Amino acid sequence: MRIAEHPILGPFEKGEKVQFTFDGGTIEGFEGEPIAMALRAQEVLIHRITSKREEPRGVFCAIGRCTDCVMIVDGVPNVRTCVTPLRQGMDVRTQKGKGQVTARE
Amino acid sequence: MQRHEMVCIGAGPAGLSAAIEAAKNGVQVAVYDENDRPGGQLFKQIHKFFGSREHRAMERGFDIGKSLLEEAQSLDVQVILDSVVMGIYENATMNIMVKDHVEEVKAEKVVVATGASENMIPFPGWTLPGVIGAGAAQTMANIHGVRPGKRLLMVGSGNVGVVVSYQMLQAGCEVAVVIDAAPEVGGYGVHASKVARTGVPFYMSHTVKKAHGKDRVEGATIVQVDETWKPVAGTGKSFDVDTICLAVGLNPMSQVLRMANCEMVYVPSLGGNIPAHDLNQETSVPGIYVAGDVSGIEEASSAMIEGNIAGLAIAHSMGYVENDPFHEQRDGFLESMKGLRAGPFGEKRAEGKRMLLEAMKG
Repeated sequence: MRIAEHPILGPFEKGEKVQFTFDGGTIEGFEGEPIAMALRAQEVLIHRITSKREEPRGVFCAIGRCTDCVMIVDGVPNVRTCVTPLRQGMDVRTQKGKGQVTARE
Repeated sequence: MQRHEMVCIGAGPAGLSAAIEAAKNGVQVAVYDENDRPGGQLFKQIHKFFGSREHRAMERGFDIGKSLLEEAQSLDVQVILDSVVMGIYENATMNIMVKDHVEEVKAEKVVVATGASENMIPFPGWTLPGVIGAGAAQTMANIHGVRPGKRLLMVGSGNVGVVVSYQMLQAGCEVAVVIDAAPEVGGYGVHASKVARTGVPFYMSHTVKKAHGKDRVEGATIVQVDETWKPVAGTGKSFDVDTICLAVGLNPMSQVLRMANCEMVYVPSLGGNIPAHDLNQETSVPGIYVAGDVSGIEEASSAMIEGNIAGLAIAHSMGYVENDPFHEQRDGFLESMKGLRAGPFGEKRAEGKRMLLEAMKG
């Protein structure tokens, strides 16, 4: 789903290629791009499952406003993946329900 | 506590223009923006602007963004990113969350240029992954180089709907259809016809009845609506699409203004509840100014002029600009704005702006 060469913008400037895990499996993205973009490029659209009706949700606004795209990132729930930059080795998981707040050590 | 002569909330076209105009006249300016890059929505605008040359027509949005940023930098405007204004209190004291800590900031004058967020329309299936805002489609394709989907349906034929449809074609997506509940295309003919010339059908007086799919969008059914916006039986048509884009208008992000007790007026032609403001862009709360979409949904071209006016008026009110040059320059900006508020749609916005001005006179 990546655009190789854009007719107006040409090639896109991206960071280093990095590996991260999504629900335990390893996938690739580019350092610094929003996590949600790396997922969409791999055609991953479901970011979380709602708590009551257990319905799938994904990106809606892509600018950090609607919070529909939140996931568990490195153990922290409710992370807005559309505005959170991807880093090498991140652990990204589909969030089921509201996510649990755990006390900091 | 940090003190600034002027703080601008939002580093989009309106905020940067306000900062530039004020700084040019000697005002010390800090601009805060919640995003990790400045420019607001300008860097998603890869089309050439429409209108006359004085409004930067024929220039692409991202080029305008670059030149505004360069100008702001050359004038020593401080642009502080990853910063969310959480609250605004009496005497323009603000709590701003800068990255992971909260700072207290006080300004003599504040320009609120927070922009707008996208409207949505609910229909069965509208929460499925694959239903996105048209702005989201732009962000994905034009900023990050990722196609939102393979084949999409655009809801809304206003400027956003038709411009983004064309941008999706440029990104290599297929646009199955553009629909609008209104009987006529809402966007400029120059943008709409570019899409129509590629063979994309336009279904006017149609709305989405339903999005299909279990875990993601797999299709959509549209239906014709009559003059009272009611669905007409037997007119349903289905399309195989994996993405539904909603381009159904914007509403001002005015939370900060309401918190500051600025008087708000409901003006449908400008997108909802709008802060009353005078010809200097100053709200009912002295010292708080507005510019751009938060003061009424228009376009980047008018947002920049409003920003210029606010910045100039602030410089004048602080004694940096004399009366005569202030009036001369402001009248120039107002005259330039007239051209952007002409035509059937522009006239409605101009009327809305007059309502806001009347509200200021009480």
